[in-house]
Amino acid sequence: MKKCLALLVMTAFLIPWTTGLCDSGKMDLNFSLPVPEDAAHVRYLGLEQRGEPFALNQIQAKILIIEIFSMYCPICQREAADVNSLFEMIQANPSLKDQVKLIGIGAGNSAFEVDFFKENYQIQFPLFSDTNFEIHKRIGEVGTPHFIGLKPHKNKGLEIFYSQSGEIKDPKAFLETLIQASGLKL
Amino acid sequence: MKKDIFVGMFILFLALPAVSMAASAAYGEKIYDPGLLAPVDSKLAIGLGQKAPDFTLPAVSGKSITLSQFRGKKNVLISFIPAAWTPVCSDQWPGYNIAKPLFESHDTLLLGVSVDNIPTLFAWTREMGDLWFEVLSDFWPHGQTASTYGVLRSNGTAERALILVDKQGIIRFIHVSDINVRPDLGMIMDALKKISQ
Repeated sequence: MKKCLALLVMTAFLIPWTTGLCDSGKMDLNFSLPVPEDAAHVRYLGLEQRGEPFALNQIQAKILIIEIFSMYCPICQREAADVNSLFEMIQANPSLKDQVKLIGIGAGNSAFEVDFFKENYQIQFPLFSDTNFEIHKRIGEVGTPHFIGLKPHKNKGLEIFYSQSGEIKDPKAFLETLIQASGLKL
Repeated sequence: MKKDIFVGMFILFLALPAVSMAASAAYGEKIYDPGLLAPVDSKLAIGLGQKAPDFTLPAVSGKSITLSQFRGKKNVLISFIPAAWTPVCSDQWPGYNIAKPLFESHDTLLLGVSVDNIPTLFAWTREMGDLWFEVLSDFWPHGQTASTYGVLRSNGTAERALILVDKQGIIRFIHVSDINVRPDLGMIMDALKKISQ
């Protein structure tokens, strides 16, 4: 019985290390997002049809960057201009524009809160609401902001090649690091 | 033997991750997570259409703020939060901080109220950046204002409660949230719209 108790105690202390931490291996990307209402965003993502929710691997990109943010997160607020710069930098580069796409997911943010964040910081890339933390739970309950880099994988659909907690600080350096980490030649 | 299993299960329960929250990296490792709490643990002592009980409380800014000083001038949204340095509370006011134009468009100011003392609130709110609204301490007599409004919990913290008082000093909106959940900004704006009409 003492063995049983020891096992329970060990399990207790192992659980946080296997569920809550930012471990890209534990991220479940099998979730869908609603097709944006904004036609420009539909075109940006390369989605073919409107109406039905879409999966991440339907986004036409060689690299997909996901920012997990919250309207309530002081760093996300402070860094919104830098993330906008990142988007503008990608859009201004002809060899990256159609290959690298950026989306944001508002963890625990309602549609109203996401829209307000978008308007307040004049964000041009698509943002999605995750009101009940459903996506947030799937990706390991990361803190905000958190950046995930994805690329297509012939067998797995999408492969996570980059995962970063906290602010990007320097958009140019972040983009270079991300492209380098992808191993892709763009 | 059963006692051993009970102890083991209890430790297992303590180690389980708490309710999902996208904690901001802004606070580093400074946030204390109390885990999942009883959603509500008090009985409201106010009602819609009633005159809001007046109070005077010290603010982090050094001012002394009285609710009735805004009568005839501004609507007031009182935001009670349970405790400083906890996950949901630390995420709530920074959101209101960027929503200043929304509050202003409805001629409303915000008063944040916590039962924490001024030094604690000073240190905590500094992590949020420059807040545009007054943060009041209901520390001593402990939780007196929260108690008057019926939002003081049995452990001495406050509920996560929003009370909207119009320019005549009348309570027009009350929302006592599940303490574990941050209330939606959209719901607050709907309430502000109603009293602006």
